[in-house]
Amino acid sequence: AMLDPDRGLSLTIARVVQRLQGSSLHSQLERQARVSLHKPEIKLESLKEDIKDFLRTSGWEKKLQNAVYSELNVFPLPCHPAAPPEHIKEPLAYMRKAQGSWEKRILKSLNSMCTELSIPLAQKRPVSEQKELLNKWNEMGTDEPDLSLFRPVYAPKDFLEVLMNLRNPNYENGEQPSFRNHLGLIQVPLKVKDISELKEDFSELGLNIGQLGIDDSAQVPPEFFENEHVRVGQKVLAEEDSAAAQQYVRQGCPTALRADLWALILNISNQPEDILYYEQLKSNVIQHDLLVDSLIYKDVKLTASNDDYYFVFEDYLYQVLLCFSRDTSVLEHFTYSSATPPKSYIQGKLGMEEYAVFYPPNVNYNSFILSVAPLCFLYHEPSKLYQIFREMYVRFFFRLHSISSHPSGIVSLCLLFETLLQTHLPQLFYHLREIGAQPLRISFKWMVRAFSGYLATDQLLLLWDRILGYNSLEILAVLAAAVFAFRAVNLMEVTSLAAAEAVLADLSTLKVMPLLQIFLFATVT
Amino acid sequence: SGIMAGKVKWVTDIEKSVLINNFEKRGWIQVAENEDWNFYWMSVQTIRNVFSVETGYRLSDDQIVNHFPNHYELTRKDLMVKNIKRYRKELEKEGSPLAEKDENGKYIYLDFVPVTFMLPADYNLFVEEFRKNPSSTWIMKPCGKAQGKGIFLINKLSQIKKWSRDSKTSSFVSQSSKEAYVISLYINNPLLIGGKKFDLRLYVLVSTYRPLRCYMYKLGFCRFCTVKYTPSTSELDNMFVHLTNVAIQKHGDDYNHIHGGKWTVSNLRLYLESTRGKEVTNKLFDEIHWIIVQSLKAVAPVMNNDKHCFECYGYDIIIDDKLKPWLIEVNASPSLTSSTANDRILKYNLINDTLNIAVPNGEIPDCKWNKSPPKEVLGNYEVLYDEEMAQSDGPERDPRGRSGQSTGAKGSRARDLGKPALTTWK
Repeated sequence: AMLDPDRGLSLTIARVVQRLQGSSLHSQLERQARVSLHKPEIKLESLKEDIKDFLRTSGWEKKLQNAVYSELNVFPLPCHPAAPPEHIKEPLAYMRKAQGSWEKRILKSLNSMCTELSIPLAQKRPVSEQKELLNKWNEMGTDEPDLSLFRPVYAPKDFLEVLMNLRNPNYENGEQPSFRNHLGLIQVPLKVKDISELKEDFSELGLNIGQLGIDDSAQVPPEFFENEHVRVGQKVLAEEDSAAAQQYVRQGCPTALRADLWALILNISNQPEDILYYEQLKSNVIQHDLLVDSLIYKDVKLTASNDDYYFVFEDYLYQVLLCFSRDTSVLEHFTYSSATPPKSYIQGKLGMEEYAVFYPPNVNYNSFILSVAPLCFLYHEPSKLYQIFREMYVRFFFRLHSISSHPSGIVSLCLLFETLLQTHLPQLFYHLREIGAQPLRISFKWMVRAFSGYLATDQLLLLWDRILGYNSLEILAVLAAAVFAFRAVNLMEVTSLAAAEAVLADLSTLKVMPLLQIFLFATVT
Repeated sequence: SGIMAGKVKWVTDIEKSVLINNFEKRGWIQVAENEDWNFYWMSVQTIRNVFSVETGYRLSDDQIVNHFPNHYELTRKDLMVKNIKRYRKELEKEGSPLAEKDENGKYIYLDFVPVTFMLPADYNLFVEEFRKNPSSTWIMKPCGKAQGKGIFLINKLSQIKKWSRDSKTSSFVSQSSKEAYVISLYINNPLLIGGKKFDLRLYVLVSTYRPLRCYMYKLGFCRFCTVKYTPSTSELDNMFVHLTNVAIQKHGDDYNHIHGGKWTVSNLRLYLESTRGKEVTNKLFDEIHWIIVQSLKAVAPVMNNDKHCFECYGYDIIIDDKLKPWLIEVNASPSLTSSTANDRILKYNLINDTLNIAVPNGEIPDCKWNKSPPKEVLGNYEVLYDEEMAQSDGPERDPRGRSGQSTGAKGSRARDLGKPALTTWK
């Protein structure tokens, strides 16, 4: 049902107010207002106006604006006052059902691993072990526990199989002519954008607009674009304006400003209470041992430790991920995610909420790990690194690991990719399909990892600039299609899936911005 | 005669595929040492023989070799320090602004080698310095060895008593140069990344010392220690913590054969720019170029600038936590062993680009050529310093000016015309 815009607005306002009330920002604002009473410019007769002016000039209004902006970015607009909470999680019933079954499968797998290995999902650590872990906190990478019995709960291709089997029971294939001809692996008729809509959405990537990742290359004199762009970036940071920052990064972040710009967009300021929160999580890790810790450990060893760029940060990855799996504040985001995290309790404390731990839907930590690792290039203070990662997860990355109809959800991304390819490179698409090399089978792992571990780090960061700038993951699907377009000539010559994989095995030399620009704006459609 | 007549004849006593593949791909012909050869890639032992007074032989115009006769002036730890100290004193004597000192008596621009003494010769001087800072750590290195062999750390005078006893015996003690050590102040505040210590390996090609012409390879790398760094004295014996040489790290439990504990210099730059800012990163890389050029200038006067020679050095540099680079040592024979696939590719390309510069067009060389290769053949090298060009740019140019370009992640940049370069030599 369509919602009356005024009703929608007041609902949104009410929700934002409710979320910000009682937050630390709220108490800080109150404190500031009280402090301002001592100032000479605050007069009793115009108290309200004067305090408002004071909050504006002192920058506190801006902080409030940023917080509101952040809330609007993260939480979806309400659909209808009478909509049940499940609908906010995921409006389509069949999607909710599929996500539910997938979660059950994962939990079953976890539980059977526990039984096999006689290890509880969660237990308290003996004191001696706690001491040891505390000492080794900064170098968990040197530990060599026996992890041979632990196996990843699922591989990306298992998840892809589930997505391929999604069907809308109310839908008959014959009804929509456009979808009837869809020859890809995804067989649910979600609405995805076409090139002209994408061109509009990503207009700042146009050919006439300066970009970092293109117009800052060695051959281009910096006066043309780069110098001015850096100046504007510094100004945006000085103004501390989240919305302006989000607009700005669409053209890319200068490396020296990126860490601060991302923090501004994600509204992370690393206050003392944030550091304290992180320390509490750390002490949870020390005190309790979770089964998933071993899975995390194993996956870090398998992925980041072997990566040319990320191996240096191995220890940071353990710290962030072990804390993350004990961070129940992340549970809040599940109100708008189709997922419902399995909950468990520390052994012997069944039902006691302070001993609850939850398992994020993606217990295949490969993707997790690779989404933390690039952040280590920007933030080396553990609590800040942690918060940035957590915010990136609850805004973006969780959508890559759960089944939903959201435009940035993995299902939509897969469909968008396949549609773009089939529409604009039909010959290539048919050819690959003929030889048993459905393109999605190759590009899925790129998208589910947001290209981390495939692109060179500087290129990956330029890509993630745009994820933040456009508050959407759709660019991942566009890039995937652009990569296929770029290697089309070679791909037309292959005759097997393995050969196609080989052509696309090494993306480390790709420059993402030219690829995106050409695909969106310079390809004859 | 015939087809073979024009082909370069090569010899090497280093059996490494990265070398041999490069020779073969140019269609060069392998010959034996006692035959007529044009190009000899020799080990440092061999170069000693070639140029030695007794056994040496005259090289003809169409023969070139990959070492300067007395490269050890730069590549032996004690001689390098000696030459740099001499160079600084000379500059000081002529009143050069480069030799300016700060209020503590430290050189402002030329303090890039950690305080170093020769043992046993300077033992007493060392003790004096040690006593000024008794809690300091020092690193003992044998002058003539490589790959981290024989190196150890000390923090107590008693640990090196042996050298003091020897120096006190008045009678003639024949110190074979192999037993000579240098002792340097250990940099115990290295810049750490991910909590790990690392050093930089940079390749520098010198085609002539007078005039000085040198090139820096853009694709240097960082070598990480596998174990977390700790300055704790209990770990002084743990060489895995302190020494970054791959030869040592290779035997650690955690050594990884895929990435080999290495990062590219462009990764380093990205990390530093992202976490520290652009200005300080540019300043750091500028300083690194500076200290390399200064070290070459220091030995240029004593180098035998034999026109048959070129040399590709491996520079080892450590960055401290204040982002100051320190020159640790220079290697005449940087390892051509490949520890990983990436490594092999890098070293193959290094040799390829080196040969393109040293042996123009891959043809039989004429050592009388002007050693000025065209820009197109530089490959991944870029000009670090060209003395001839720097001088010919006229009096209005800073005599310390270089015609090199900043080595960034992006490589060479087009020069701003007429505007002073943003990152300048001091």
